Amino acid sequence: MERLLRSRWALVLALAFVLAALPLVFPSNYYFRVAALVNIFALAAIGLNLLMGYAGQVSLGHAGFMGIGAYAVAIGASRFGLNGAVAMLAGAAIAGLLAFIVGRPILRLKGHYLAVATLGLGLLISMALTNEAGWTGGPDGMAVPRLELFGTRLRGPDTWYMITAGALVLGVILALNLIESPTGRAMRAIHDSEIAARVVGVDVAAYKLKIFVISAIYASIAGSLMAFLNGHITPDGTAGFLRSVELVTMVVLGGLGSVLGAIVGAAMLVILPQALTIFHEYEHLLLGLIIMASMILLPRGVIPSLLARLRGGGA
Amino acid sequence: MPELLQFAFSGLTVGAVYALVALGFTLIYNASDVVNFAQGEFVMLGGMITVFLHLAGLPVPVAAFAAILITVLVGLALYAFAIDLARGSGAVQIIIITIGASIFLRGVAQVVFDKRFHALPPWFGSEPIRLGGAAILPQSLVVLTGAALIVALIFLLIDRTILGRAILATATNRLAARLVGIPVRRIVALSFALSAAIGAVAGLLVTPITLTSYDVGTLMALKGFAAAMLGGMGSAPGAIVGGVLLGLAESFGAGLISSKYKDAIAFLIILFTLFVRPQGLFGKKSTERV
Repeated sequence: MERLLRSRWALVLALAFVLAALPLVFPSNYYFRVAALVNIFALAAIGLNLLMGYAGQVSLGHAGFMGIGAYAVAIGASRFGLNGAVAMLAGAAIAGLLAFIVGRPILRLKGHYLAVATLGLGLLISMALTNEAGWTGGPDGMAVPRLELFGTRLRGPDTWYMITAGALVLGVILALNLIESPTGRAMRAIHDSEIAARVVGVDVAAYKLKIFVISAIYASIAGSLMAFLNGHITPDGTAGFLRSVELVTMVVLGGLGSVLGAIVGAAMLVILPQALTIFHEYEHLLLGLIIMASMILLPRGVIPSLLARLRGGGA
Repeated sequence: MPELLQFAFSGLTVGAVYALVALGFTLIYNASDVVNFAQGEFVMLGGMITVFLHLAGLPVPVAAFAAILITVLVGLALYAFAIDLARGSGAVQIIIITIGASIFLRGVAQVVFDKRFHALPPWFGSEPIRLGGAAILPQSLVVLTGAALIVALIFLLIDRTILGRAILATATNRLAARLVGIPVRRIVALSFALSAAIGAVAGLLVTPITLTSYDVGTLMALKGFAAAMLGGMGSAPGAIVGGVLLGLAESFGAGLISSKYKDAIAFLIILFTLFVRPQGLFGKKSTERV
């Protein structure tokens, strides 16, 4: 079982199987929508997990990159008449470029200083989106034109479920390959001890920057997909501080350094609040409780805790 | 010229509040390595509880005292039911817990109070004092005096009392402090209580000027955190200088450049400061032991 959980192709196949089988049991469009959201946040969480779980660098502003992706497709399609898919790639390029430019000075910082710098970056992005109302529609947000591919308009949660599921599988494959590559080994070395990594000749700054850029691109793509799915975006809903916190919580709750964990964490934090919307008035109260309780009860994350139990009991 | 003086005064007033929040951050951080993102909610609670007790008929001083007391209890509960339970977890986990706590407290405030803005009557009227062409609210002077008093009290406590020595010892080396018989967990709990009290006082002092609502805590925590980092995490003088600088930067930025981007200017300054001095203005350069 443990080897199965660790083998990368088994994970990809199992994930593809589950994602393909789920529509058979979904009774309504609402389920497709929630599942598509899970896919989207899982994608962003996998990217952030590369940065946090493997390279050991925290980011409290990652939703900013989601915001860039989301607004790239909205603005690109409505103001420049770009095809949505092209706008999505442009968004990913912008997010990656921004991460590349600010990454080097930011990633020199350590611990809480890194946290405040990334937090500041995320806030700056969300403030720009809020204040440049001429482009972004301000705090009330803007509508996202439907994506048109090969002459068909893509609408409906079931279509977007399929697309996001495909994107998630692709994201998982890329992440797993990256982890098994020399870059992945260098990242883990940096995570364990930056000094030791430097001593054996790892270019620490360059690898941190590379991972930061990759994780920004993951977040941007996720943001674009979310914009397409929702059809309407707001600065707070895409790039807000609370979103950044949710992303970090997904990663830690699922398990730092576990690709499967990021998916599980995303599923938990997307589905639980959905289930709680009946307590509308108490939404924040309950969300806060969930976040606190999950960190107190499962500080190591779901998947690592599960693996430890399997190792202890089963082997 | 009068404008500049005006900006300086409003910057100092806001800065004093940021300084108090940053001081609260620093107290808890030094005692326990915890970065408490719920610090801003103490400010919110201080203001909101005073407002609602006052609305319920209590005179403002009584309401204010009760608000401080309740906020201290909330701070202690945060330590006992969340932070203490998560002892031994990583820094990221603890940060997430305190952010969760702040979302939770905001949710509670939204249910117990309401979602509207509230004000308190100023202590000494609202007739502005003219000084060199600038108008200063009497309440601004109350905020500045109050902040100065609190800072002085905290420094006296740390410097002159045996309790302060115990706090300092705990901050320097927790294990050594425990070995010489200092009840470290009680000291950490005390630091949460003190921080909560400082936050609550900041909240009720500034509410007559800035108004308060259930959600003022988030931005307050972010600014306080940023101010503490700007000064250098763990340095109490750094926290105060960082807070005042941040307030001034915001006020001058809003006045001279763009009021839409006043929060952005503050964070841009912090980013650039950290790029130039990664350890903050007053922080010691840390070297990693191999």
